[in-house]
Order: sequence, then C-alpha cells, then structure tokens
Amino acid sequence: MPTTVPAYGKEAAERLASMADVTADDRALRRFLHGLPGVDAVGLQARAATLGTRSIKTTAKAYAIDLAISMIDLTTLEGADTPGKVRSLCAKGINPDPTDRTAPQVAAICVYGDMVATAKEALKGSGIHVAAVATAFPSGRAALPVKLADTRDAVAAGADEIDMVIDRGAFLSGRYLGVFEEIRQVKDACVREDGTAAHLKVIFETGELQTYDNVRRASWLAMLAGADFIKTSTGKVAVNATPPVTLVLLEAVRDFRAAVGVQVGVKPAGGIRTSKDAIKYLVMVNETLGGEWLSPDWFRFGASSLLNDLLMQRQKLSTGRYSGPDYVTVD
Amino acid sequence: MKQPERLSVLKTYKLFVGGKFPRSESGRVYEVTTAKGQWLANAPLASRKDARDAVVAARKAFGGWSGATAYNRGQILYRVAEMLEGRRDQFVAEVTDGEGLSKAKATAQVDAAIDRWVWYAGWSDKTAQIAGSANPVAGPYFNLSSPEPTGVVALLAPQESSFLGLVSVIAPAIVTGNTAVVVASQKSPLPALSLAEVLATSDLPGGVVNILSGRTAEISAPLAAHQDVNAIDLAGADEALAKELEIAAADNLKRVLRPQAVDWVADPGTTRLLAFLETKTVWHPMGA
Repeated sequence: MPTTVPAYGKEAAERLASMADVTADDRALRRFLHGLPGVDAVGLQARAATLGTRSIKTTAKAYAIDLAISMIDLTTLEGADTPGKVRSLCAKGINPDPTDRTAPQVAAICVYGDMVATAKEALKGSGIHVAAVATAFPSGRAALPVKLADTRDAVAAGADEIDMVIDRGAFLSGRYLGVFEEIRQVKDACVREDGTAAHLKVIFETGELQTYDNVRRASWLAMLAGADFIKTSTGKVAVNATPPVTLVLLEAVRDFRAAVGVQVGVKPAGGIRTSKDAIKYLVMVNETLGGEWLSPDWFRFGASSLLNDLLMQRQKLSTGRYSGPDYVTVD
Repeated sequence: MKQPERLSVLKTYKLFVGGKFPRSESGRVYEVTTAKGQWLANAPLASRKDARDAVVAARKAFGGWSGATAYNRGQILYRVAEMLEGRRDQFVAEVTDGEGLSKAKATAQVDAAIDRWVWYAGWSDKTAQIAGSANPVAGPYFNLSSPEPTGVVALLAPQESSFLGLVSVIAPAIVTGNTAVVVASQKSPLPALSLAEVLATSDLPGGVVNILSGRTAEISAPLAAHQDVNAIDLAGADEALAKELEIAAADNLKRVLRPQAVDWVADPGTTRLLAFLETKTVWHPMGA
C-alpha cells in the first residue's frame, strides 16, 4: 500500500494522475465505475444497524460529544437568511454554550455564497472556516459557466470550503464523464489568486441516486475528479444522510485510500438531529476508517439542530440534570 | 367430549408516552399484586430515560394543547368521561384487586372518578373568571391579568387512591392547558396504565398525558431535577422523598405542590386547578 497523502495538495494530483487511464474517456470511466463490486444492500444495512448498537457512556460519551461539536458544519441555508441571522449563527459557532466556556467551537459555518463575506467578517480570528454552497445549490440545474461563476464568487468573497452539488440528471443518465469534468472544473475554480485553494466538498444528494451501487459509483467518480470531501446530501430533499448510505461513502473512501493512497473526508448532512445519531456515525467512522478520520479535518456533520442536542447532552453530563430547550439558543 | 378449559389471554401492560404504548426502555418489569399479595400482572419498571422521553413528548405537545381553545379542552375532558363510562367494569375490577376494596366501594370510587372528569371539564373556560382580574390602575389603561398554563408538569400520583386520586391530579393539571408526566402509584399502577388506553381513544392529543409506572423514587428524582419540567405535584411522595425532590426542584424554580392529606372523595375545590398557572398581565391604553 502506498503512503497516504491528503486529498488537497500537490501529491494528491500526482496520485490521481496515475488513474488517468480510467478517466481518459467516457467508455473507460463507465467500464471502471460499473466494474466496481456491487453493494450487498442487506449486509450493508445490517452492518450499519449493528454499529448503531454500541453503547458509548460516561467519559467516552463526553469525548464523543465534544468531538462531534468540533466536527459540525453549522448550517443555515434558507431563503430567509439575513446577515443578522448569519452573524448570530457565527457567534454561536465560536461559543456554542455561553454558560460553559469549555465547549469546543464548531468546524465551519455553512452558508449561501452571498453570505460568505458576512460570515467571514463575523468569524475573523476564530479559526472557524466558512463553507459556501455553490454550483446552483441545491438542484444543480444551471449551465456550467454559471456554476463556475458561482464558485469563483464564493471563493473571492473568502470561502474556505466550497460545497458543490453534482449534476444528478447527468449522473443518472449515464454521462459520467460530464459529471467528472464538471467536478474538475469546479475544483479549478476553487483556486485562489495566491495559488492556494478552497477545499472542495462534493454533494451527491444520495436521496436522488436510487441505489447503493450508484452511491458507490458517485463516490469513486468524485474522488477520482479530485474531491477533498464527499458529502451525502443537501438537506433539501425527503431522504438525507442515513447510516447505510454514509457507510457506503466511508467504505469507498477506505478503498480509495488503499488503491490510490489519497485520504478523502466524509460529510453526512441532513437529518442528523440527536447526539445519539451523531455518536453512531462516529462509531461507524472509527470502525470503517480508523481513528485517523476522527478529526474535523476528515469528518464533518452538516447540521443545524444537532448542535443544540449535543449541548443539552453536554450539560446533562456536567450537571447530572436533564437540560431543556430553554437553556440553548433558539435559531 | 369435555371441552378443554380455555386459557385466558393476559394483558401486557405498557407505558404511555407521546400517545404511544412503549415498553420501558430498560426492558424491566415488576410484579404487581393484589392487596393480599396475589400476582396480578407485570407492569413496566420505567427508568430515568423513560422519564426523559416522556418530558420530551410532553414538551412537544404543550404548544398545541395550551393553544387549543378552552372550550375544546373541556370537550376532550368530557370525552374521557364518556369513554370511561363504557369501561367501568374493568376499572372497578382493577381498583377492587389493587386496593383490596369491596366491589361496592370500588364502584363508588370509579363513579366518582368519572364524575370528576366531567366536573373539571366544566372548569376549562371558567378558570380565567376566578383566577384572572381587571385591575384598577392609576392611569388610562385597561389592566388585565389572565391565567396561563405553567408548562410541563410532573405529577406523582397518590399511592393509596390508585384511580380516583390519579384522576384528581391529572384532570386539574391538564384542563388549564398544561401537559403532564404522571408517575403512577407504585403499588397499584394498573388503573393508571389502563387509563392510558382510555386517554388514547378520547381525542386527547398524544403527549398531553404521559404515564409511567415503576419505583416512584427512581423516576421522580430525574423529573424533579429536569430543567425542562416547570412544575411538580408531590402528592405521591412520602415525607422524606418530598423533601429531597423539593430541593432538586428548586434548581430551576419549579412550582412545587407539597403533599398534603387529601380526602379524594370530597369536593376537590380549586386548589389543584389553580396550582399550575402563571399570571400574565397586559396593559392596554383606554383610548379616548
């Protein structure tokens, strides 16, 4: 097995170049993606369910809660977002529990592109990243130049991370190379003027991909195209992140590292609302990928209401009393 | 040929949380016996996590229930009485077994309990008249005080009067718009668990009343300390437990109704009805 390098950075590009033969043309890419082993749906669901039964208590639970808080991409993606709302969310991200300064800060604040400058200003000096959704989020239904402009705009405004959506229509109709090229071009658009680049998260919207096989193919496709993170969902459709789907992503990342030697991050998003759920995901990460991924650099939760539940659990652990929604912010 | 004797079908008693009938999260049960010690049924032995879930359910139901019109709440309480009437025999049997009363006495208890629902149903749109007021103030304002429900109320049901006492603590708490987490009598929880089946079929929204059975001390401790419970009725706590719970409840300034000697058969008065209310006062300019 080759040594592992992170997905961002020069070495990763060289490693990906070694896979150039499978991405040379549409037929080669299709042959490769359809040659991936099929997903055993029953086995997958059983495995995900089994990993969800682990009992995490006391000090391990306290550690898991703090880790989960530090992994949150605190998200507000509403048509009704105002600069004031984004600023208050940023303040919450910096200092999640005003009554307990030991609570860790979140990993990033995730907003629409036009709110990046506001968020950047509010987060100055905190070290929290600003993630912007781009490429005609959430549907992805726009022409490529529009998507690229969307991306460049967010990067120019100071976004540290770009969450792009793939063109599900193209993917489902089998135009894999089109999806591949689009991710490549968005990745290029993430490069800043000084040569550094915003990290790229690729959203599959797994709820629209129909099968686990498709999710596995999309994962490999995005990783081959240079994704730094792969992300399940936008949070805007009926079916969002589920443990089995996330497990497919985690396994793809594990296999990709074994094959190519590039480390890619994973972000389940949407529908994760309770501490219990979050801890189940952490168990799954640890069992599938190992402790290396148990860091905000490699695993994130896309969530908004999850943070309040984690804080209430944290208060329960520190005081011994059940907490309530009166003791966390309303957002 | 002689017919084989029929095997009776035993009932699995379950908790009542959020309008559903779950088993205890802990998977535990305990034996419920008659007053003479004969086995009656296994009742769920609820844990603190069941208490936590019940509070979440009660909180979720609070907005809808407190926002319903008083008239509507009254109708629903009356409906509970209607549904109970049809199941009188079952409750008479459970009270007879659990409390060791004669059938006549148990019937009197059940009848009184049904009547109590009706009595409290009538109060639904009348509490504002006795607990509210138009206050004279030194200025051109209408100054009106009106009672509002406190929120989520934990009710420790009386230990001895397992049905009439139970109804007498639940009905006044919910008629004003509170939602309740009830800890049933530890010794005879069966009438409470059966009442849940009546409540579930009486148009009462899920989560307005949640019923837990088990060790009163074990379940009530987390409820008394819970930051999202607004009030606690200690009717079913003995002196030592009541003191302990009152200390725990002080942390988030819960309203506490201390245990007192109550004759459950007598006219209940408005004590319990008015115990779990907050007063909201509004100033409104009189105009010209």
